[in-house]
Amino acid sequence: MSTAKTEREPMFSAKIKKLLLGPLNKDNPITVQVLGICSALAVTVKLEPAFVMALSVTAVTAISNLSISLLRNTIPPRIRIIVQLTVIAALVILVDQILKAYVYDVSKQLSVFVGLIITNCIIMGRLEAFAMANKPWPSFVDGVGNGVGYGIILIIVAFFRELLGSGTIWGYHVMPKAFYELGYVNNGLMILPPMALIVVGIIIWVQRAKNPDLQEEN
Amino acid sequence: MYSNGYIFRYASIMVILVAALLSAAALLLQPAQERNVKIEKIQDILRSAHIASTTSDAEQLYDKHIIKEIVINAAGEEVGVYAGGKFEKGDRRAFLVDVKSELKAKQQLAQGKQAQEPVFPIFVCRKDNEDIYIIPLYGVGLWGPIWGNIALKGDFNTVEGVTFGHKGETPGLGAEIATDIFTAQFPAKTLFDANGNFTSIKVVKGGVANSSIDPAHGVDAISGGTITSNGVSDMLNSCLENYVTYFKNQKAL
Repeated sequence: MSTAKTEREPMFSAKIKKLLLGPLNKDNPITVQVLGICSALAVTVKLEPAFVMALSVTAVTAISNLSISLLRNTIPPRIRIIVQLTVIAALVILVDQILKAYVYDVSKQLSVFVGLIITNCIIMGRLEAFAMANKPWPSFVDGVGNGVGYGIILIIVAFFRELLGSGTIWGYHVMPKAFYELGYVNNGLMILPPMALIVVGIIIWVQRAKNPDLQEEN
Repeated sequence: MYSNGYIFRYASIMVILVAALLSAAALLLQPAQERNVKIEKIQDILRSAHIASTTSDAEQLYDKHIIKEIVINAAGEEVGVYAGGKFEKGDRRAFLVDVKSELKAKQQLAQGKQAQEPVFPIFVCRKDNEDIYIIPLYGVGLWGPIWGNIALKGDFNTVEGVTFGHKGETPGLGAEIATDIFTAQFPAKTLFDANGNFTSIKVVKGGVANSSIDPAHGVDAISGGTITSNGVSDMLNSCLENYVTYFKNQKAL
């Protein structure tokens, strides 16, 4: 996309693309920055809550990034953290209310973790590090990118935990009956939080093995 | 630099705007949320009598199966009977009775404080030409409230089925009270012993088989979920004891 004015950046310049796609891989909030781990452990037993959580966090990071970026020149630095928190808290309450009204079952499964999006360090981190210093559009894209980056890991972890722990995908049985008849059993350990850490660990391992520039020099 | 006045104005305006936005959202979404809570309550009541329902047909099934809602007082007298969409007696509907506040009122009266006379709800469910009596439960677990429904057969003694719910018991431990593995132990248990004395149903730590409790009045507790299990025991006892007089009167009829 190109615009008439030369000084204006196109909607999806290389820089914007990097903002959007960076967090999906080399700049991933969970596997590289190691933020937001607690909620990644808590909501990844099944795919559906993980997906809703991913969607909620993406909405909150994107919209809070956008609002803070719009307000960035008016926010008094001395109360900026409070302002950021107020914006995040308001958005999280909105998300919680909407979930309660339209996807009640999922909202019950997520229970306290929706409220705990407020404490998700990814969101505060992006507001402080990015939205306070950048224009609204890049900030919004950065929010979406980080939210999706977080969500992708959540969904990958939830996929393996649900498949191996319950033998289902999105609540549908996929493990063939024949497996169970041969003596296969669902792995109860997959349902417990420690396995989420181990799955995240494996993802980090695979990612680092594939990206030499993520490996620390020793 | 921003002046103090600016900071105060900024903070005040922002807080007011956010408050207005959230209140508006809460008001707009309230009807949908209340409906969800109501449907969940209906589904729990039906589930205790082994009637499967979905969110869309729950209300319909409720109207079909729950033929009567009865409210009794502490003396076991019916003070409200609601059937077929109208009151046959009194003006209290069992569905709208909040068990939590009634139990609190009972406790306050017992302590000699002022409180309204407590009332207790019963749902009469007709399934396969048999009347099942469903009683809502409310109690305390380890981290917060627990609740449930217990369905009794027409003899006011044998359990047809139970459901339990909880606010935030430990997943994998206390939270297991809501699973079928735990609730499947309840059907066919009895509330009264051979002499007609109320025994309730005990949730026994270490297993019923290893205890002195009659297996007809006990179920196995959840390993690692002792406080929640005891909470279920206490809840069954404290809720069901309010109905003992009523049950005895009904059986005498």
